[in-house]
Amino acid sequence: MSSMKIFDIAGSGMNAQNLRLNLVASNISNANSVSSSIDQVYKSRQPVFAAELKNVLDEKNSAGGVNVLGVVESQAPPVMEYAPNHPMADENGYIYKPNVNTVEEMANMMSASRSYQNNIEVLNTAKQLMMQTLRMGQ
Amino acid sequence: MAINFDNALGMHPLALTMREKRSELLAANLANADTPDYKARDLDFKSVLKQQSGNEHVSMERTQVGHLSPGREWLGADLKYRNPGQASLDGNTVEEHIEQAKYAENAIQYQASLRFINGRFQGLMAAIRGE
Repeated sequence: MSSMKIFDIAGSGMNAQNLRLNLVASNISNANSVSSSIDQVYKSRQPVFAAELKNVLDEKNSAGGVNVLGVVESQAPPVMEYAPNHPMADENGYIYKPNVNTVEEMANMMSASRSYQNNIEVLNTAKQLMMQTLRMGQ
Repeated sequence: MAINFDNALGMHPLALTMREKRSELLAANLANADTPDYKARDLDFKSVLKQQSGNEHVSMERTQVGHLSPGREWLGADLKYRNPGQASLDGNTVEEHIEQAKYAENAIQYQASLRFINGRFQGLMAAIRGE
């Protein structure tokens, strides 16, 4: 039944937003993970979304969901802080803090949760319509 | 006199199919609300109906398997790209409020088509029972 495709589409959207929320949680929880080396410091992680194109040549199935291509680490420089008394300080007295911008992450979280809710609404409406269709003629 | 479902139900099954396809498209738009460079698409119900009821549809002949169809035809109708009210920096043209409104509108119209079909079925049932 082709109409079940809408559940796949909304499901892929929820999947993508769920991953985004997970990454936001990871970023925020690691926002204060101090490191003594610039290589080992936590870097902010962001998902990469792309539209599903697998059916684009098939003209009857041109509606597609979301694909998560992968997770990229932010290239922004980590925050250096001079704190010679800190137990994690390196030989020059610096500690390195992650390049996580908590304000950005909060906005990201709100956007992701709204998009998730949107997909849930689509799913609920589609489910109601399907149930009504099943009762057709009764 | 035989009962013919095609005559009895009229154009409503076709309308129901189109509504369902449109809901898929709008769901895809909403699912891709955060995808960079995604362009929101929609189905022009009027032109679909025109093509299905008349024979105005002209298609290009595909003589080999590798030939692509001109544009994305979808049940005989071209999908249209939506013009966003406000452009976004990442090239995405999905405006969630608009898509939500269209989706709600489409759901109501789907229910309307469903109700018409149910009405026709009830009419048939009444005719069969002869009460």
